[in-house]
Amino acid sequence: MSTIEQQEPDETETETETETAVESPGDRRRREKADRAVEDEARRETEEAADEFDEAVDLKVFRYDPEVQGKEEPRFDDFTVPFHKGMTVLDALIYSRDHYDSSLTFRHSCRQAVCGSDALFINGRQRLACKTQIADLDGDTIRVEPLPHQEVVKDLVVDMEHFYEQMHAVEPYFDADELPDDEMEEQRQSRENREKIKMSTRCIWCGACMSSCNIAAGDNEYLGPAAINKAYRFAMDEREGENRKQERLRIVEQEHGVWRCQTQFSCTEVCPKDIPLTEHIQELKRESVKNNLKFW
Amino acid sequence: MYEHDVIVVGAGGAGLRAAIAAHEEGADVALVTKLHPVRSHTGAAEGGINAALRDGDDWELHAYDTMKGSDYLGDAPAIDVFAQDAPEEVVQLEHWGMPFSREDDGRASQRPFGGMSFPRTTYAGAETGHHLLHTMYEQVVKRGIEVYDEWYVTNLAVTDHDDPEDRECHGAVAYEIATGNVEGFRANDGVILATGGLGQAFDHTTNAVANTGDGCAMAYRAGVPLEDMEMIQFHPTTLPSTGVLISEGVRGEGGILYNDDEERFMFEYGYANNDGELASRDVVSRAELTEVNNGRGIEDEYVHLDMRHLGEERILDRLENILHLAEDFEGVDGLDEPMPVKPGQHYAMGGIECDENGHTCIDGLYAAGETACVSLHGANRLGGNALPELLVFGARAGRHAAGADMKDAEIATGPSAQSEPGDVEPPVEPGAVDAGSDDVAADGAAVEPDEVLEHTVRRERERVESLLEEDGINHAEVRSDVQETMTENVNVFREEDNLRQALRDIRRGRERYQDVAVADPSRTYNTDLIHTMETRNILDVAEAITLGALAREEFRGAHWRAEFQERRDEEWIKHTMLAWDGGTPNLYYKPVLLESQWKEYEPKERSY
Repeated sequence: MSTIEQQEPDETETETETETAVESPGDRRRREKADRAVEDEARRETEEAADEFDEAVDLKVFRYDPEVQGKEEPRFDDFTVPFHKGMTVLDALIYSRDHYDSSLTFRHSCRQAVCGSDALFINGRQRLACKTQIADLDGDTIRVEPLPHQEVVKDLVVDMEHFYEQMHAVEPYFDADELPDDEMEEQRQSRENREKIKMSTRCIWCGACMSSCNIAAGDNEYLGPAAINKAYRFAMDEREGENRKQERLRIVEQEHGVWRCQTQFSCTEVCPKDIPLTEHIQELKRESVKNNLKFW
Repeated sequence: MYEHDVIVVGAGGAGLRAAIAAHEEGADVALVTKLHPVRSHTGAAEGGINAALRDGDDWELHAYDTMKGSDYLGDAPAIDVFAQDAPEEVVQLEHWGMPFSREDDGRASQRPFGGMSFPRTTYAGAETGHHLLHTMYEQVVKRGIEVYDEWYVTNLAVTDHDDPEDRECHGAVAYEIATGNVEGFRANDGVILATGGLGQAFDHTTNAVANTGDGCAMAYRAGVPLEDMEMIQFHPTTLPSTGVLISEGVRGEGGILYNDDEERFMFEYGYANNDGELASRDVVSRAELTEVNNGRGIEDEYVHLDMRHLGEERILDRLENILHLAEDFEGVDGLDEPMPVKPGQHYAMGGIECDENGHTCIDGLYAAGETACVSLHGANRLGGNALPELLVFGARAGRHAAGADMKDAEIATGPSAQSEPGDVEPPVEPGAVDAGSDDVAADGAAVEPDEVLEHTVRRERERVESLLEEDGINHAEVRSDVQETMTENVNVFREEDNLRQALRDIRRGRERYQDVAVADPSRTYNTDLIHTMETRNILDVAEAITLGALAREEFRGAHWRAEFQERRDEEWIKHTMLAWDGGTPNLYYKPVLLESQWKEYEPKERSY
């Protein structure tokens, strides 16, 4: 939470909402409230113009709400936020929401790059807002948009359903051929094998890779980098056994699997956890070839 | 209306474990979470999972350490079943594919942690919680357990008998964030609250923004007492700017704390001459703040945690995540320079009163994980004991709710477990300020389950409508005022005047909350509305924490009082209980159980 003190503009800013043919008392109260909000916004803009900061960042934020009149057409809102060293894009969004417009909508929770909920398109690139230092961004204005190639629900929130479906499509759970006889005995895993799968287990399901992938953008059925990485995580885990590995390879070598990847590296470039996604996809391609050539 | 046998609210570690256990008992179970399961805060846990797995260790040693660490405010039956069940839970996690760090022989690695007499902390790098969360979510997917993600549970459907011990819980009401629909979730067998922490009551916390104490506040208003709420753990190593956690694993591996004079103050100033940096968290937190208060802090705010001497190879192998956190959130390269750290709110030892099977005093209502108070951690939780807690008690709650035949609990719950009434006189009427009888869940007619649920759904729809329709102030003002007063006045060091000031500030927050409304009129993904409802919960838990702190006139574990510098066993080996009495907290006490069917514990002085 930002600790910078600053003059506080008013708390409401919204648009009118669609009127219905027969207006219920609740609808009427809400419409009246929305009307008042429009007046408030005008006042806010005047006050905002009067604010001056020693050092500030200008945030240009994508806005859209299918339900509220005046916001059902996508637009950008500008917010001026006082800057201090160490501040992240998420800090600036929270500041804008808490001080200017409480309807500004985005997902966030852990603000330490593990929950994966605030992947956004910031200055033209997929990033986690919470770990993007404003000082590291070029330019006077920070442009914040929802992840491309996903349906926008509202403002910066995108529908993640398709992403989750693709993750689930690779049977993303450990499934060993056999377990130790003694139920208190661990399965042995070599340090080398743990090291091999280590990076792949770091995925936080943020969806940045999927959003950056040209192929996924054009082929809705393509499993995509995150799901293939998930498959890699299990296929390469020596504890699962050979049978399961064969089944896993069959999943990723399907028509919309690894062979769709054109090695553009965009997923690897944007991954906030530095997972070598493209490399993992390539390795599964090789495994898949070996698997199909019986004389290998 | 949706209907399942067991409804689990919250899908972090405890919720996922509970759901898997209930499913294995044959129940039709659903998870309802305001996030998506993989977004849960369990993913931020770093250090590890304590369990007696190896030769030379056994559950009794683990139990003893836990009781000693709790400063004898833990209940022996809870501690003993915890230490007994933990090894099985950890091995099971391994069988589910958890990518633990490994020894040369291929078995899961263990390392030393503060307050542990044996290196029994199993870990996966410095991102144990992330792997645990994902591993368990994978098992939920494998079993096809239904998940309602981004559904915010706002109230419990509980019958309105006068005595909470006569009440029954028949389900919960949730708000679908994407659409604004309010729906009932009927639970045929039980509702399990696994909503996690309440760190957002403070403004410097390691907790996620979502950790707003929802479960505690809902159960409290439904009539379940809150237990030992004053027992808030402050973690000694959080990054000053954000509160991001630097794992105790750093000190477990040999990291050293220095003050501004580059003195190793844990030894130099005698805070813990035996254990040094690995003393309990409360001890280290107080030591750091004492250094800062005595002018030996860096920039009058923090101290340094140095791990450079561990060497790059070891750091990369076991603490790599810490390098990323220090770099991303503080701009410090942990390989080249010491990291700035200071204490921050980290964990709530107190919470929803329940027994060792997760059951509360309300029939059909359970709690597990950080939101619950079994009580396992007493006055101080040892590092590495939170993850096995959510495994052990998540599983027990899940099994019990699904109807498994379990031994009767030794821990008594509910108002009838009262040993003596409390006598604290708050400076102001702490309670309701017309806190809204609407919020008391138990005002539904004591009739058929479906009617109780429908009644609660109707009331929640009205609440949402009025928040959306009315004009008022932004909840963010109320929230930040409460967070600030809690950090200012109910922190590591506590004094009566400060606690009373915090109660006045919270009271003012309650009054102002009467005037909040949601500016965003939209039904689509209205986070303004969610945060406004959360703020109400923050007020309730903040008040409970502060009242408990005012009532407990002694120094025990994490609870330090300026006026009372001794642990007073004669009078204070008892739990602080708060019950919702028409919106005014009713304080009473319940005895601590130092004896279980296996063992009896004798309070000893803590020394480090």
